[in-house]
Amino acid sequence: MNKLTFLKSDRSNIQLVLIIGLFLITISIFDVFLNSFFKINLISFLPSKISFIFPLVIGMMGFHLIRIEYSGNRYIDTLNKNINTSTFNAFLTLLILFLILKAIPPSLSWMILDANISGDSKDACTGSGACWTYIKVWFRRFMYGMYPNEQHWRINTAFLLVIGLGTFGLFATEKMKKFLALYYVVIYPILAFLIIYYLISGGYFGLEWIETGAWGGLSLTFIVSFFCLIFCFPLGMLLALGRRSSLPAVRYISIGYIEFWRGVPLITVLFMSSVMFPMFLPEDFFMDKLVRVIIAITLFEGAYCAEVIRGGLQSLPRGQYDAAKSLGMGYWKMHIFVILPQALKLVIPGICNTFLALVKDTPLIFVVGLAELAGMLALAKTNPKWLGFAMEGYIFASIIFWIICYAMSKYSYNLEEKYKTER
Amino acid sequence: MKFRILAYFFFLLGVTDLTIKIFYGNIFSRFTEDYYEIANPILVFTPVLFFSLGGVFLKESRVSMSLENFGTTRIKYYSPQFICLAVVVLIFLFFTFNAQINMENRGIDFGFDFLAQESSFDMQFSLMDYDGQDPYWWAYVVALLNTLLVAVLGIIFCTIIGVVVGVARLSPNFLIRNTAAWYVEFFRNIPLLLQIFFWYYAALRALPLPQDASPLFGVTYLTIKGYYMPAFIWNNLNVFMYSILAAIISIVFIRYYAIKLRDTQGKQIPVFYISLIILIILPLLTFLFGGVSLNFEIPVLKQLSATSFIYDGGIALPPELIALTLALSLYTATFVAECVRAGIQGIGKGQKEAASSLGLTANQVLKLVIMPQALRIIIPPTTNQYLNLTKNSSLAAAIAYPDLVLVFAGTALMQTGRAIEIVSITMLTYLSISLAIAALMNWYNKLIEIKEK
Repeated sequence: MNKLTFLKSDRSNIQLVLIIGLFLITISIFDVFLNSFFKINLISFLPSKISFIFPLVIGMMGFHLIRIEYSGNRYIDTLNKNINTSTFNAFLTLLILFLILKAIPPSLSWMILDANISGDSKDACTGSGACWTYIKVWFRRFMYGMYPNEQHWRINTAFLLVIGLGTFGLFATEKMKKFLALYYVVIYPILAFLIIYYLISGGYFGLEWIETGAWGGLSLTFIVSFFCLIFCFPLGMLLALGRRSSLPAVRYISIGYIEFWRGVPLITVLFMSSVMFPMFLPEDFFMDKLVRVIIAITLFEGAYCAEVIRGGLQSLPRGQYDAAKSLGMGYWKMHIFVILPQALKLVIPGICNTFLALVKDTPLIFVVGLAELAGMLALAKTNPKWLGFAMEGYIFASIIFWIICYAMSKYSYNLEEKYKTER
Repeated sequence: MKFRILAYFFFLLGVTDLTIKIFYGNIFSRFTEDYYEIANPILVFTPVLFFSLGGVFLKESRVSMSLENFGTTRIKYYSPQFICLAVVVLIFLFFTFNAQINMENRGIDFGFDFLAQESSFDMQFSLMDYDGQDPYWWAYVVALLNTLLVAVLGIIFCTIIGVVVGVARLSPNFLIRNTAAWYVEFFRNIPLLLQIFFWYYAALRALPLPQDASPLFGVTYLTIKGYYMPAFIWNNLNVFMYSILAAIISIVFIRYYAIKLRDTQGKQIPVFYISLIILIILPLLTFLFGGVSLNFEIPVLKQLSATSFIYDGGIALPPELIALTLALSLYTATFVAECVRAGIQGIGKGQKEAASSLGLTANQVLKLVIMPQALRIIIPPTTNQYLNLTKNSSLAAAIAYPDLVLVFAGTALMQTGRAIEIVSITMLTYLSISLAIAALMNWYNKLIEIKEK
């Protein structure tokens, strides 16, 4: 088939063709707009099957008309270059535009216009839209779990302190910079553990003891993923070194460990922590459920961490090892002073991605009965006073997780770009 | 040489051990019954140990002594290894010792004989016939099949969506490019468990009841109780299958012949169209001459009680399966899309230009130059994603889809109380799936890697 040329312009009627094309596109979009926003059907006089594809046909014709190289209008050229390169592209463009136009009114009215947020019981939700009252009433539960309301400041303070200690590296002077690695790998985890243990768990300094069963909500997500990260990092480092070791026994133990944990799903690991750990420990030795879960996830993530760090170790040129050896350094001296400082800097983005995966995996602790955000949602969903708001709950949780994860992925991406240029 | 003999020795030992264990039970347990009960749990896993030792020695036999080992003393070489091994063995002994005591206290004994007992629980959905009278090992097989079903469905859909989105991310069209990018950013950054919950508890619950459902494509019904499709009822299905087999074999021969023709005489024949025609015509002929016929069993609305309706007949996909497949494929597709994009972007522009300057058509450029190279970059990370999908399918337990974790590590564990045996079987199953796919991957990578002269 020859190309469609019968509607193409030549120099004389270019203005007219452009105007007709733009007019047709406007009509098609306007029709869909009216249809979805005001439920007015401009072309209701046509048979229903035609009126369904009418805007598409009109729009395609319009796009076909304005597809002219060097039309003389800057805006139309940009349009052509970006969304109108071929008939197929024009078709997809129109489909996406119509989809957006069709999707906006129902979602807008569900989420905002017809939604309720006032009041504090189910009866306040009279509109046909979402019931944000539910989120408002349950907000503290979603954030802090069953932790007593008047004690929430303890969680907040602990988090602020931990974050504050974490930013310490930004203010360190040149003299202190030497000890930063030591601080972050050894001192900071211990301090953070002490803060969280004494402040959130309590039992000392006149603070009420609150058992871990009451912890929950989003704060539990942070606690679990934070601890798993700081514990799995050293573990991963040792495993990565072990996997690159020249001693066969050490190497195969590391390989076996890494491949084993990478080959099983996290959910079975959590099952293991809840039913197998108690079997493996001495009779009268009690270990808290939360601690068991943290140990299980640490063992699991340690394997992933090891692979990331191994990537960093492998990317170092061999000359670094040779140079260190020629200076007479032993294995540990070489790794601590020459290899690891360089390799760890390279793997920060990778570690960030591992951490991201870890945060996304923490809702799974719900299967062993820890009421993290997803668990709290399941709890709230079955509350007889608040039946039927699953949608709102999951959308709320999705938005929160999305913000956290998106920010982290952007951060890790930026880091990646930064280190890429440095090397 | 020494290592290789050792390796074969261990493999042989493993096979013998496994055979004995399968046919005669744990032979060691007779000797250890009274004296070394503590060793029982370890002895069950001896075949695994033998096989891995064999693998280690086989690997070692291929690697010559590396340079690093020269110049180290014997003590420096052996003592760290000895300490590591000792620590690992001690940890294992400690665990087994505790497990032994704990199991004794609770009155549980160790062993896999429970697998032959009657399972006495029911499964909502299964591919094979299953009811409560069947033994536990059959429940395991059925549950494993359910897991594999979700995995295969998820892999198919995530590949389709992933490839489309990955290509769309490189589109010259501004809107398409950004829609694809936002799709990836959106679905990648929400935990999979939340997505599964969303589809199962929120989205699919909004579907109509069976009595209110209007037909989709005429004969299928999407309702809150699942998706009902017509079932195929074949006459002489085996004849039809043989015809497909024959078609595939003839296509292989035609391909072979076409390559030979191209290499010797430079002639091109349209292999694709010929194969397509054969694939359609041969099975069609069986309908005319082979006595093959096809009927449909269309689901019919049936009233169970005053308000409860259900569709009878046909194939019913439960909502758990739909929610799981949707969530898994939408989530994994984002990662597949990124792999596809990286693969296509990884091919230099010069390749395309060079190929076109040789006079290849646009299709040939894509098929003969770009794709073979892009696939080399795309396939390894994509297989990794497939593996992740298979492992993630274990989240089925959260919405009560009867997969391996729910049925075996959930229900069967509750009923028998055999925590160690059941959890280790479950983990070993996933582990062997992972290792098998990884081995396949390595083999494939070797096959397609650039052969440098």
